[in-house]
Amino acid sequence: MTWIHDHILTVVLFVPLAGAILLMFLPKENKNGVRWAANLTAFLGFLVSVPLVFWFDSSVGEFQFVEKVEWIPSIGANYSLGLDGISLLLVMLTTVLGFIAILSSWTSVNERLKEYYFFLLLLQTGMLGVFMTLDFFLFYVFWEVMLVPMYFLIGIWGGARKLYAAIKFFLYTLVGSVLMLLGILAIYFTNRDQTGEATFDIVTLQNLNLPENLQLWIFFAFFVAFAIKVPMFPFHTWLPDAHVEAPTAGSVILAGVLLKMGTYGFVRFSLPMLPDASSHPAVVKFMMTLSIVAIIYGGLVSLMQKDWKKLVAYSSVSHMGFITLGIFALNPNGLSGGILQQINHGISTGALFLIVGIIYERRHTREISEFGGLSNVMPVYATLFLIVAMSSLGLPTLNGFIGEFVILQGAFEENWVWAAFGVTGIILAAAYLLWLYQRTMFGPLDNPKNKNLKDVNFREMMTLAPLIILAFWIGLYPKPFFRILEQPVAKIVERVRPAYYAAHPDAFGAPARLNAAAQPAASLETEAAAVRSAKKRARASR
Amino acid sequence: MFSEYFSAVDFLLLKPAILLTIFGIGVMLTDLLLDERQKHFNAVTALVGIGFAAVQMLRIQSQMREAGVSEVEAFRGAIVLDGLGIFFIWLFLISTAITILISFRYLEIENEHHGEYYAIMLFATVGMIFLAIGMDLITLFIGLELMAVSIYILAGFLRGDRRSNEAAMKYLLLGAFSSGILIYGMSLLYGMSNSTNLREIGSALSQRPLGDPLVIMAVVTIAAGLFFKIGAVPFHQWVPDVYEGAPHSITAFMSVGPKVAAFALLLRMFLEPLGSLREQWEPLLIGVAVATMTLGNLAAISQSNIKRLLGYSAISHVGYILLGLVSGNETGLKGIAIYLLVYVFMNLGIFTVVVAMRRRDLVGDEINDMAGLMHKNPAMAILSLIFLLSLAGIPPTAGFLGKYFIFLSLLETGHYTLAVIAVLYVAVAIYYYFRIVVVMFMQAPLDQELPSISMGIRWALGITAAMTLLIGLYPEPFIQLASGPVLAILR
Repeated sequence: MTWIHDHILTVVLFVPLAGAILLMFLPKENKNGVRWAANLTAFLGFLVSVPLVFWFDSSVGEFQFVEKVEWIPSIGANYSLGLDGISLLLVMLTTVLGFIAILSSWTSVNERLKEYYFFLLLLQTGMLGVFMTLDFFLFYVFWEVMLVPMYFLIGIWGGARKLYAAIKFFLYTLVGSVLMLLGILAIYFTNRDQTGEATFDIVTLQNLNLPENLQLWIFFAFFVAFAIKVPMFPFHTWLPDAHVEAPTAGSVILAGVLLKMGTYGFVRFSLPMLPDASSHPAVVKFMMTLSIVAIIYGGLVSLMQKDWKKLVAYSSVSHMGFITLGIFALNPNGLSGGILQQINHGISTGALFLIVGIIYERRHTREISEFGGLSNVMPVYATLFLIVAMSSLGLPTLNGFIGEFVILQGAFEENWVWAAFGVTGIILAAAYLLWLYQRTMFGPLDNPKNKNLKDVNFREMMTLAPLIILAFWIGLYPKPFFRILEQPVAKIVERVRPAYYAAHPDAFGAPARLNAAAQPAASLETEAAAVRSAKKRARASR
Repeated sequence: MFSEYFSAVDFLLLKPAILLTIFGIGVMLTDLLLDERQKHFNAVTALVGIGFAAVQMLRIQSQMREAGVSEVEAFRGAIVLDGLGIFFIWLFLISTAITILISFRYLEIENEHHGEYYAIMLFATVGMIFLAIGMDLITLFIGLELMAVSIYILAGFLRGDRRSNEAAMKYLLLGAFSSGILIYGMSLLYGMSNSTNLREIGSALSQRPLGDPLVIMAVVTIAAGLFFKIGAVPFHQWVPDVYEGAPHSITAFMSVGPKVAAFALLLRMFLEPLGSLREQWEPLLIGVAVATMTLGNLAAISQSNIKRLLGYSAISHVGYILLGLVSGNETGLKGIAIYLLVYVFMNLGIFTVVVAMRRRDLVGDEINDMAGLMHKNPAMAILSLIFLLSLAGIPPTAGFLGKYFIFLSLLETGHYTLAVIAVLYVAVAIYYYFRIVVVMFMQAPLDQELPSISMGIRWALGITAAMTLLIGLYPEPFIQLASGPVLAILR
């Protein structure tokens, strides 16, 4: 048991890869055998990640489950893994969505099965590695490794323009990542100059103080990489192509997990390593403007889409705009909302792509005008779609609401104009999603091809069920999620705006609150007393 | 009487080269006794020769370690075996051995299975060895010509094939021309220093006033000659043509062995005699490196012949390697050494695939000839993917490691713009390398004929792929290995 406890991240990381390698030895002809093997591996991958939730101690601010083995000592790169609250949530999202994506492909993919599942599982390891690693060199390796399987997933099993979409995805991301590599090397080299120690250790580099000028340059290099990945407004053009052409599982992973790498990068690297650049007024203004443009532009473009999947793809641009809006509010509310919204977006948009996938498998078209009145023949499908759409547009009691609300709260704290623009995004989301729902589910069932459509089967329901449960959970009782985020968010805020908690002693993640939270038995009065004393301390310090 | 001029050390150092020569002659003699179907014994003999040379190298190294010396001089300083030399000799032995592995089946298909092929290849290796250990203009030049003349012959080895003849002719003319320019520069060096020893030339040159026209003239002519040999812009035109026309296996050989040897010469020349003139050649080198990367990468995009494409890609790799020399610090030189090491394996690997594409009725050098390889031979397709990713520099393959050191060295020495240009070309490179991947993985096979896989090709693929992955995943010992030559240069 202790061995598992000490090496759980390695196990979680390599179960998919081990499964992928095993898969290569199965006979190609035995299609169901391949399917079962892949599904079981993915399910096992999820199962081994479950203990992380129970073993994770949210009152500890340091990285947990840390593993460190020397890898390339001469350049200071290690095989080092660890989780904090932010990466824990993303790792769990990845293992859940990874399994769902594989389960959803049971009937929709029929050719070159072995390779298909091989690439999906390889991708899974790559994504987990990105979120788990505490070594910048290793991070870059995983970041790049993951491009190759995604390229093949789009390029082999994609739609009509798959080759174009696949290489576009690859090249866009690659241009960003090579610039990021230069940024990483610049940080590494400056740290080696300052301290004499060659290291890629992320925790060490997070405490590095770089001159502001250099910070701005590195911020720019990171920005290109992460903004392409998110994608932020002017860099988003690869996304609709990739999404529309990718197979359903590819879209689910792409929207659910891959996009989060960009926002994760901002939170993990740009903010703590380059605090002066990140909080530079011009940079904040720039990021906020791009986020707002993405929110509104993404919403408007979604509104006019004729293709169901493209609509969902553009809605991602809008929703990811919310996340960057929250992150660059640079306060606890904005950050924690921005991180939680990453999970929410993974759940809602992942589910939306599954919904599109289910109908595409039956009709082999995604033209919205081909549909109408589907709720008559597919009532269960219509209900599931309704819940998912509501979760995506931010209806209270569902997950999207919580995330967007907290983000807007954070943005409002800094500048009410940002929040005002942000709100229009929610209105637009309601418009395009409800209109989509109306056009496809309601109205007369006049297309004869739709008359005999089968409702969702048990397997398809099982792909959506976990996501819907999670959506309700976050919507109704988000406290555990915020609890997990409290420590890491506080750390980032302290790094980026050292004076923030002195001025806002009862903000999310403030030391007073953390102390109170560390004693679960503490009554309300002691908590209030703690807050009061913190305020007093703050006053005294002023 | 004899020992007045030569010592035991002299012969000890030359033993690998002597052994290779003896085996080369041996191959030619035994070839006369073999009938048509036994020609593959020639390959075995040649491999055994390389094995003997390798064992001899190990013995020399262990003797040097016992004596605690990092460098041995012989022939009164005309030959110096240091870390750099040892490193390069190993690269040559490996390249030649792998090329022999992929050759014999190919030559059978081409109906040109003659013993001279292996003999000449061994002689070329001897030439390369002298390029790596020579410390004297005459020795270096003789080594260079021995290598070059051997390659002229090998490039035209398919006597019945017009493209092969054309390639050999083109290579001969341009090669002779470039050797002429090079020796012109060398004669200037001799004139200025009254010595043919590189180190003495170096100390004489550092006495000359800054901006001396004679010195500039010498630098430019030597640089031009060397750029010809490595295939850098603007002296690159022969590369795609010769690569396309030469027999597949010789293209594979040329792209690694002689190229690495030319780099050995280039490093020696630029760091030993011309080292003190850095300000004068650095701008020149920057311009050439950028132009080489640009032209190599952009011209590769539109190629339909895979050997031409790899030719242009080889040009672009030269650009990257030259960048390591531009920064010239410890990281940069380490980068060059690792890059060359990695390059030998990944480039031989992808050329092995090209050689296997040569089938009875198919030349196999068009990109489309690889269509559907994933269906015909999945293992080979996956290995090609690994080689191509490595050539582009995507981790965790070995190619990334070479680029990593080059990029880091550029940042360390403040060449920020160069670094940005260099990394962006990685994206361009992915584009053309993935044109091959698309054909292999996403197109249906054009015919049913399987690639011709012999025992040798299987071994060559296995070795090159294993090394490409191993260096990428566990680079530590290889970084240590590359530090040896760097220490030798920076001494």
